[in-house]
Amino acid sequence: MQNLKKWKELEDAGNILDKGNNEENDVSGWRSFRPIHIREKCIDCMICWSVCPDNAVISGDGKFIKFDYTKCKGCLICLNECPVNAIRSEKEK
Amino acid sequence: MNLKELSNRKARFTGGHTLCPGCGEGIIVRAVLQAINQQVVVGCATSCLEVSTSKFPQTSWKCSFIHNAFENVSATMSGVETAYRVLKRKNKIKDDIKFVAFAGDGGLCDIGLQSFSGALERGHNVLFICLDNEAYQNTGIQRSSATPYGAWTSTTQIGEKHKGKEQFKKDIVKIAVAHEIPYVAQASPSNYLDLVKKVSTAVSINGPSFINILSPCVPGWRYLQMESIHVCRRAVDSCFWPLYEVFVENGVEKWKLNYDPKDKKEPVINFLRMQGRFKHLWNDNKDIVDKIQANIDRKWEELKKRCSV
Amino acid sequence: MIKRVITGNEAVAYAMKQIDPEVVAAYPITPQTQIIEKYAEYYAKGEVSGELIDVESEHSAMSAVVGAAGAGVRAMTATSSQGLALMLEIVYIAAAMRLPILMPVVNRALSGPINIHCDHSDTMMAANSGWLQFYSENNQDVYDNCFIALKVAERVNLPVMVCQDGFITSHSIEDISLYKDNVIKKFIGEYKPKYNLLKKEITMGPFDMFDYYFEHKRKQAQAMFDSVKVIESTFKEFSLISGRRYDFFEEYKLKDAEKVIVMIGSTYGSARDVVDSLRNNGELVGILGIRVFRPFNFKLLKKKLEKIRNIAVMERYDPLSGFGGILFNEIRSSLSRNDIVEYIYGLGGRDVDDSQILKVFKEMNNGKELIRYVGVRE
Repeated sequence: MQNLKKWKELEDAGNILDKGNNEENDVSGWRSFRPIHIREKCIDCMICWSVCPDNAVISGDGKFIKFDYTKCKGCLICLNECPVNAIRSEKEK
Repeated sequence: MNLKELSNRKARFTGGHTLCPGCGEGIIVRAVLQAINQQVVVGCATSCLEVSTSKFPQTSWKCSFIHNAFENVSATMSGVETAYRVLKRKNKIKDDIKFVAFAGDGGLCDIGLQSFSGALERGHNVLFICLDNEAYQNTGIQRSSATPYGAWTSTTQIGEKHKGKEQFKKDIVKIAVAHEIPYVAQASPSNYLDLVKKVSTAVSINGPSFINILSPCVPGWRYLQMESIHVCRRAVDSCFWPLYEVFVENGVEKWKLNYDPKDKKEPVINFLRMQGRFKHLWNDNKDIVDKIQANIDRKWEELKKRCSV
Repeated sequence: MIKRVITGNEAVAYAMKQIDPEVVAAYPITPQTQIIEKYAEYYAKGEVSGELIDVESEHSAMSAVVGAAGAGVRAMTATSSQGLALMLEIVYIAAAMRLPILMPVVNRALSGPINIHCDHSDTMMAANSGWLQFYSENNQDVYDNCFIALKVAERVNLPVMVCQDGFITSHSIEDISLYKDNVIKKFIGEYKPKYNLLKKEITMGPFDMFDYYFEHKRKQAQAMFDSVKVIESTFKEFSLISGRRYDFFEEYKLKDAEKVIVMIGSTYGSARDVVDSLRNNGELVGILGIRVFRPFNFKLLKKKLEKIRNIAVMERYDPLSGFGGILFNEIRSSLSRNDIVEYIYGLGGRDVDDSQILKVFKEMNNGKELIRYVGVRE
C-alpha cells in the first residue's frame, strides 16, 4: 500500500486514462491446468480464439500463434471446444 | 463474417481481468466488440463485468467505458448518446460512434427495467445487451426474475417445503419487443457467428436495439468451467434458449427463427443434468422437471408459430 | 439589462435558455414543474440548441446528465423533494465523478406525510453529497446564482445545486433584471471538459477497493476546500456585469448587533423588516443569511459572528436527530460555542410570519433548551 500513488497524484474521479492496461496483469497464478497447443493437429479454425474469455489465444493472419500464458486462467474451454483435439492439458506444478 | 476475419480485428477488450475462469461474459464481450469494429462507447451496469474489468487503477477496456450505478446504465447511455447527437448536429464531432450498454439480468430485467424501458421508448440509438447469467451472481447467486424455474440460488434454496425457484423466467425479449423498437434478438455464445451477426445487424440499424444473451456462470450454475460453451449448446438444443430475431418496421413485427434443432430437440433434463443448481432435479422431483419441460414446449411452439415455421 | 416581472421558476428557465446546455434531462415534480415546462417551450420554439430528454424518473434524469457530462457537454436537470430523494444515489456519484452539472432545486418538504410546500429537508439531505450548494433569497438571487454556480462548477469540476424556496419564490412574481444573452455567453464562456468519453478512450466510474477509495475521496474533498477561493473570485467577476457584489453570507445590520439570527432562503427577506422594527425600538439585532452552504466557509463565518453575544439558528427542516440540524451544527463548530440555540421552523410550507422571527429575537438568550421549535401548535 505504501508504494501506491498518493491522493494528490491521482486523476480526478478515478478516471483511468491508460486504456486496456489490464494487459500488464499476469493471472497465470489462477491456473491449475495449462492448455498445450499441438501444431500438427491444428487446422487454425480459430474456435479456441473465439471461446477464450481471457484473450489468451494470440492469433495473427487468421492463424493460431500461441497461448498467452500470462492471461490464461486454465478454464480449458478451448480444449473442450477444439474440433480436432489439437489442444491437450498439463497440470501446473 | 468468419472467425479468421474477426480474429484479425484489433481487440478492444483485454485479458488480465478478474472474471472467473470460464466466465461467459469474457467470451460475449469480446465477440460484441469484435463484431462492432468501429469507435464505440461502452456503458456498464454494476455487475460482475464491471467490477472484474475496471478495478482501479486498471481497465480491460481499450474503448471508452462508463460505469454509473446498478440500475441506470440505460439512462446513462441515453445521456451519452444524446450528447453525441447534439455535438454531431453542431458539427463539433466528426467520428461516427456506436453505443453499447451492458447489464446483467439483475441490472436489466429487475432493478434496471424502468431505466431500460424508458430508454427504449425514447428511441436512443444504443445497443442494449443483457448478459443473462440467470441470477445475481456478483453478490453471491441470489434469485433474479431471470432465474429459471426450479433453480437453486442462495435465496431459493432446496428444502422439504420449497425446492428452488417457483416461478418461470421473465420474458425480457417480449418486453423489449412490446416497445416496438426496430431490432430485438436472442443469442448464445455457443452459436458464435450467429451472435456476431446479430450484433452487426443491431448496430447497423438506426434506433434502439436489444440482444438477450445467455451468459454461462461457472460458480452460479455449478458446472465444469471447460463446459461453458457446451452448457449453452444444451440450452439452445433443448429450446430452453431459442435463437431468434424480431424486426419491427412501421409497427409490424417480423419474427425470425435462427436455429431449429427439429428432430434433434433435446429433453431439458440434458441441460439440467450438467448443472449443480438443478441437482435436486437430476433423479428426483420429476414433477418439477415435467413442469419445466411443458413450459419450454409451449413457448417453443408459440415461437415457431410467430416465426411461421 | 432588461427589467422583467417573472417567477423564480421562470427566472431559472430563462437562465437555462441563456446557458443553453447541450443536454437537459428532467422529470416534472411540484414545485419545479414550471421550470421544465418553460424550458420545453423554448425547446419547441427552437430557441435553445440542445436536446431535452423527458426521462421516466428523476433517477434517470440524474443518470442521463451524468452520461452527458461524461461525454463532455454541459448538462442540466432540475428537481424538488422526492425527486431529489429518488436520484440521491446518483447525486453522490455525479460528485465523485467530478462532473460540473448544474441542478436548480426548488425546495420542498420530504414525505411523509406527503407535502408539496417549502422546507429544506430535501437539499439538507444532500448537504454532504459533495455538491456545491447555493441558496437564494429572491428571484434575482436564483437567476444570478445559476450563472455564478455554473462558472464555479466548471472551474472546480464539481456539480452544483441552486436552491430556491418552493412556491415562496418559485411561484411568486418579482421585479428582476435580466442580462443580455451575449453578456451571459461571455461570462460563462465555452465549456472545456477535463475528460471526455467521446474524444479519447477513457474508463470512467471504475471500481475501487480499500487501496484507492480513501485517496479518491480525499481528492474530492480537496476540490471542495479549493472551491472557496474560486467562488470568491467568481463573485467578483459577476459583480462586473451585475453591479451586485455577492458573498458566501449575506448580512444585515450585523456590525453592532448583539443578537443575530442565522437562516437560509427567503425568510431572510422578511426577517429584515423585523430587524428594522426592533432597531427602531433601540434593540441591536441583525441577521446573517447563507448564500453558499457548500462549501461551508467556516473561516469567514467565524469572522462575521465571533463577536456576537447571542446567536440563534433558524433551521427549516427537522433533522430528527436529537441535536439540531446541519446548519446549527456547522455554526456551533465554526464558532466553537455551546450557547447557540436552534429554532426549527416553517416545516411543510408553514407560513413564517414576523411574529415568529420576533419571538426568536426575544427568546434566544433565555431558557436552557438549545433545540427549540417555533410556529408549531404546542
